[in-house]
Amino acid sequence: MEASQARRYEPYSEAEAARLIDEEKSQRGPLLPIFHRLQGHFGYIDERALGPIAEALNISRAEVYGVLTFYGDFRQSATNATTIRICRAEACQSVGGVGLLAHAELALGIACGEETGDGTVRLEQVFCLGNCALSPAVMVEDRLVGRVTPERFDAIVESIRATR
Amino acid sequence: MTGPLGGVTCYVPRDAAARSVGADEVAEAIVEEAGRRGIELRLVRNGSRGMCFLEPLVEIVTDEGRIAYGPVQVADVVGLFDAGFIDGGRHRLGLGLTEEIPFLKGQDRRTFSRVGVIDPVSLEEYQAAGGLVGLRRALELPGEAVVAEIQTSGVRGRGGAGFPTGIKWKTVLDATSDQKFVCANADEGDSGTFADRMLMEGDPFCLIEGMTIAGVVLGATEGFVYIRSEYPDAIATMITAIELAYLHGLVGENVLGSGKRFDLAVRVGAGAYICGEETAMLESLEGRRGIVRAKPPLPAHAGLFGKPTVINNVLTFASIPGILAAGGAAYAALGVNNSRGTQVFQLGGNIARGGVVECAFGITLGRLVEEFGGGTRSGAPVRAVQVGGPLGAYLPASRFDVEMDYEAFAAIGAMVGHGGIVVFDDSVDMAHQARFAMEFCAEESCGKCTPCRVGSVRGVEVIDKIIAGVEREANFELLEDLCELMTDGSLCAMGGLTPMPVRSALSYFPEDFDR
Repeated sequence: MEASQARRYEPYSEAEAARLIDEEKSQRGPLLPIFHRLQGHFGYIDERALGPIAEALNISRAEVYGVLTFYGDFRQSATNATTIRICRAEACQSVGGVGLLAHAELALGIACGEETGDGTVRLEQVFCLGNCALSPAVMVEDRLVGRVTPERFDAIVESIRATR
Repeated sequence: MTGPLGGVTCYVPRDAAARSVGADEVAEAIVEEAGRRGIELRLVRNGSRGMCFLEPLVEIVTDEGRIAYGPVQVADVVGLFDAGFIDGGRHRLGLGLTEEIPFLKGQDRRTFSRVGVIDPVSLEEYQAAGGLVGLRRALELPGEAVVAEIQTSGVRGRGGAGFPTGIKWKTVLDATSDQKFVCANADEGDSGTFADRMLMEGDPFCLIEGMTIAGVVLGATEGFVYIRSEYPDAIATMITAIELAYLHGLVGENVLGSGKRFDLAVRVGAGAYICGEETAMLESLEGRRGIVRAKPPLPAHAGLFGKPTVINNVLTFASIPGILAAGGAAYAALGVNNSRGTQVFQLGGNIARGGVVECAFGITLGRLVEEFGGGTRSGAPVRAVQVGGPLGAYLPASRFDVEMDYEAFAAIGAMVGHGGIVVFDDSVDMAHQARFAMEFCAEESCGKCTPCRVGSVRGVEVIDKIIAGVEREANFELLEDLCELMTDGSLCAMGGLTPMPVRSALSYFPEDFDR
């Protein structure tokens, strides 16, 4: 269970970005699919991609930027850290979710939305992962983990660091 | 049971909740141990039976039926083989016949009839278990007759608002346009709700069939399933199932050979709770910020890309095939008052037996929490339950007599919503829960209307002052005024319903605001 999927992203390349944009642009409402595709490939949405996206979709760069910054999922800087998201919603609160988040911040020495100094772990908050009968819930990259105690959290972090 | 090939069939769920407590590792260990012992074993990764407290739940097929063991950990696997579990042998984790487990036996599974039972990505098993009967019937009937059947059933939107589905479909049916759309709202962001996720992971063809029925009946040729990004397993399962549906002609240019076209695709959200609001979802699908639209126009008249669009929750679409297969009257025979049919309730939070309970409307809140849920996980008394997600009311145990019924809940200042029930024990601080409701609204507000955008921030400040004991009376008055303004003045349910948990906390648990 100790999920430890270290993801390695490609360094940003304009040619590669142009290819990905081109592959997605012909569908209806292509902007979010383009962002997902770019982030899945590079790990973030590089500022240099905004112009080409605007051109491909015939909208303004400002509009592209506006949409990008509305959605919490999209990152604007490169990372190779493993993202751990801790649920802050009610079901998890009822069984110690708030304490788990406090423990995580203390154990990692960072606040939500930050990365550890060694660049291995990024901590984020999330409101509900749909695992409300097995709370507290945590998501490591795209792997859901249930009934997470502080000890279990530490084991997850340890396994992430061990694979680096 | 010995199959035609001489092997035994073993089920280990692929549901994200089951995986979150080790189902993958258990499945792997079972296959490995079977290999070591030379046992021919067919492993099926089914959906979850919805008994999350027993996950990972392993089932084995015997002559008597499916026998369950759970919760199984990797360390238990060798012992299970030693105990002869492949023939249903006795073991301390043995639960007997799955169907006889009280938590499951007491339910009336309709929408969830196949979830946890079949291989979710086998169209063959889907059809063998009654799938596609509804769609075939819909293709034979005139559109008006199908819509009339849905109106007869009395089914209402399961996403929370409870709008009559038949009326919505009739509006789209009557709209004339060169293009119409079908959208499934699978942006299940409410805390305490996970039934959409479990249906998509456990019976994806049911959602596809429900949406396809809408498409062919209403004359919509394109559909989208908008799934939140927090559900990677559901996204993967839906994509696989849609690919299979294309391959077998269930969707595409010639739906089941009818000559009708219906294309279907998955779209992934990006971490914005507000996109569960239907007009914000449309904006997101169109590639814009998830900002709520003013209504009218209704999406049924001018929805996605300005075209008539039927938007329903996952469970609403998933209930349609069954309604058409058995008839609207059979569905309407269940339930109470204007709440017809079944609801898929979800028990979460501090609860001993958490999971999915599908039963007819009219069951009391108390039966769900105590009889099915078994009270709190911590063993301490239940102090509050929040029903219907983060915008739903907090109710004390003294309200356990209320029946699950849209109007009965509205009458006490609460809502059934999407059927999520989150349990808290006596350690909960209700002033903090009220503060969190405002904080959540401030975090997730789309920002379009002032009562929601500014009101929620002011709400946090005012509750902080009350908690700190600053001018308590004046601030109570201010908070009430703010709640009234947000309720009456917000553009959508986000700001409009945030006062519900706040006010219910104030009225049922006033002592927590006065420490």
